Amino acid sequence: MTGTSTDVRTTTTERAGADEPGRDAPVLEVRGLKVVYDTASGPVTAVDGVDLTVNPGEFVAVVGESGCGKSTMLFGVAQLLSPPARIAGGEVVFRGQSLVAMNDKQLAPIRWKNLSVVMQSAMNALNPVKRIGDQYADTMRAHGVKEKAEITKRSEEVLALVGIDRIHLRSYPHQLSGGMRQRAMIAMALLFAPELIIMDEPTSALDVVAQRSLMLQIKELQRLLGFAVLFVTHDMSLVSHFSDRLLVMYAGQEVEFGATRTVFDRPAHPYSKGLLEAFPSIRGPKVPLVGIPGAPPALNAMPPGCRYEPRCPFAYEDCKTVVPALYQVGGSRARCLLHSPDHQPPAGQPVVAVVTDEEVL
Amino acid sequence: MSTPILEARGLTRVFRVGGFLNRHDLHAVDDASFAIGGSEILALVGESGSGKSTIARLLAQVYTPSAGEILFEGTPLTKLRSRADQMRYRAAVPMVFQDPFSSLNQSYPVSHGIERGLKLHRSDLDAEGRRSEAERVMEAVGMRPASEALRKYPYELSGGQRQRVGFAQALAYKPKVILADEPVSMLDISVRIGLLNLMAKLRDEDHVSLLYITHDIASARYIADRMMVMYAGHVVESGPVDEVLQSPQHPYTQLLVAAVPDPRAMPTMTAEQAAGEPPKVIDPKPGCRFADRCPLAKEVCRTTTPPLLELQPRHEVACHVAADRVGRGAESEELGRAADLVGSAA
Repeated sequence: MTGTSTDVRTTTTERAGADEPGRDAPVLEVRGLKVVYDTASGPVTAVDGVDLTVNPGEFVAVVGESGCGKSTMLFGVAQLLSPPARIAGGEVVFRGQSLVAMNDKQLAPIRWKNLSVVMQSAMNALNPVKRIGDQYADTMRAHGVKEKAEITKRSEEVLALVGIDRIHLRSYPHQLSGGMRQRAMIAMALLFAPELIIMDEPTSALDVVAQRSLMLQIKELQRLLGFAVLFVTHDMSLVSHFSDRLLVMYAGQEVEFGATRTVFDRPAHPYSKGLLEAFPSIRGPKVPLVGIPGAPPALNAMPPGCRYEPRCPFAYEDCKTVVPALYQVGGSRARCLLHSPDHQPPAGQPVVAVVTDEEVL
Repeated sequence: MSTPILEARGLTRVFRVGGFLNRHDLHAVDDASFAIGGSEILALVGESGSGKSTIARLLAQVYTPSAGEILFEGTPLTKLRSRADQMRYRAAVPMVFQDPFSSLNQSYPVSHGIERGLKLHRSDLDAEGRRSEAERVMEAVGMRPASEALRKYPYELSGGQRQRVGFAQALAYKPKVILADEPVSMLDISVRIGLLNLMAKLRDEDHVSLLYITHDIASARYIADRMMVMYAGHVVESGPVDEVLQSPQHPYTQLLVAAVPDPRAMPTMTAEQAAGEPPKVIDPKPGCRFADRCPLAKEVCRTTTPPLLELQPRHEVACHVAADRVGRGAESEELGRAADLVGSAA
């Protein structure tokens, strides 16, 4: 394994030196990305003005509940949206090029070579009637690698990187376990040593042990090959020790973005705080937890002020009417009026509402 | 100890797999023995394919055991022959399913499912009685105002609310033990805790026991009293939840505990430990099924199935090495060998 990995590392560094506009320029820059779904009753905004940067070799995690727009955002970044979803505004700049303005023909050489995607369910993302090796070969041929020996060599290399024996190039997806399929997908994403790999909940179908092992492996590959990762998950605890920065999304918006450790230790937004407090721990004293009462708002019926206000234990009068901007809090930014100088809660103290454990209809 | 409500003795379920010429036996659950007492939550944890759901389905009589028996309040289920007895058992041991989006009938309001169950299982009630009973259980699961909640259709409810309705349906039968198969794994983190608190409340206030099947160990610790760990169809460890988590004796439990993501503490699992996959239990040979992944495995582990032994009070472990640690290695090997002989004869 060590022999092959050194080869790959050299290719990456060569490329990084030759192609990139600047050594420290972000590999991905998303500015004000807005994605809408066209429905019979008019457009519905699923992603509302997300700003995000990913630096070379960085691991950025995006967390949020189902329906918060995290996967839609990811698809928007990868230019994989199909009607009724469309990008209604904003910029996606990858290696200095704007992806939003490109058509499929212009995107094709970038896809998989520079930017690859690992989908949530490898079971559905791999072709069930084709051998793993054939699927790798397809991908490589599509990008102009015709030499059979070269295809085999590279396929074996990437499979070795994720710790799968090369005999599985002859296997069909159903012959591999869930964890192996997911690793085979990641190996496929590594065929061309891309600068950025987008991962949409790659571990959520796996067991804790397999999950942890896959995360360790992704991290190790990242150290070895130097690619950046944009990782979407609903499980905040999963990325707590793996991501460099963390973006928390709620109701289509970015509510907090900062260094992972900072967000975990001192969450600036009540929603991040609520999410963190909803995790029971397997160590330390047992404390009663409450979770977050209520449910996220429907996309077509957003609260006029802060979108989290109806569920927020810290909410006060201003939150109902004033739309919060993103405020700088230490090194992070948070979309909460508590951090705004102009809309402080009455008497200087936030009112903490009593949180009950019931569903109010 | 008084008679447990549900007890399994040597519970085994074998599925026939393969075609005509290459028929094999898949041992989904092998020789599992456990008991669920009154007002307690037993968490059943393990990875997918370890046999957790098969156990729930055996208890719910969806499957019949290939060997072993299930006792309900001391009576073997095979003795419950009459329809009345069967109905009584099914009402006493209802099931709550994983997916709240497909387990409710979309075409009817919530009241329909609850009242239908009541009609079947509580024939003493008239329409008025059923209505007030339905309201009682809806309030018990924290859906208020109950009369309004009962009129809602499933599509009007969030995932957390639907799962509460699932518990309300089960509760309407005045159950003794609710079999909850991954009841919160489809829900978002923020509403999960509410459901877990509800399960704890059902135990504490309504004195219902629960078999809580999950792969989420942290949530098991949060509500369960005891915990049972399964690996490849075998029960490998069981005991009071804190004891199992604080001093796990079986190497697999140790691996599982080390793998749990916890934002408050650094993970302790290394890549080497995680290597390997649980075996497919097809035509199994005697021996510990974790032996191939186990750092402590000895020769005997590959030849003799370790029996579940009570190594500390109420804390059972199926591991030759752990038994050896407390000076009971020889006993473990002997018992295991005897059980393997019986197994191969059967």
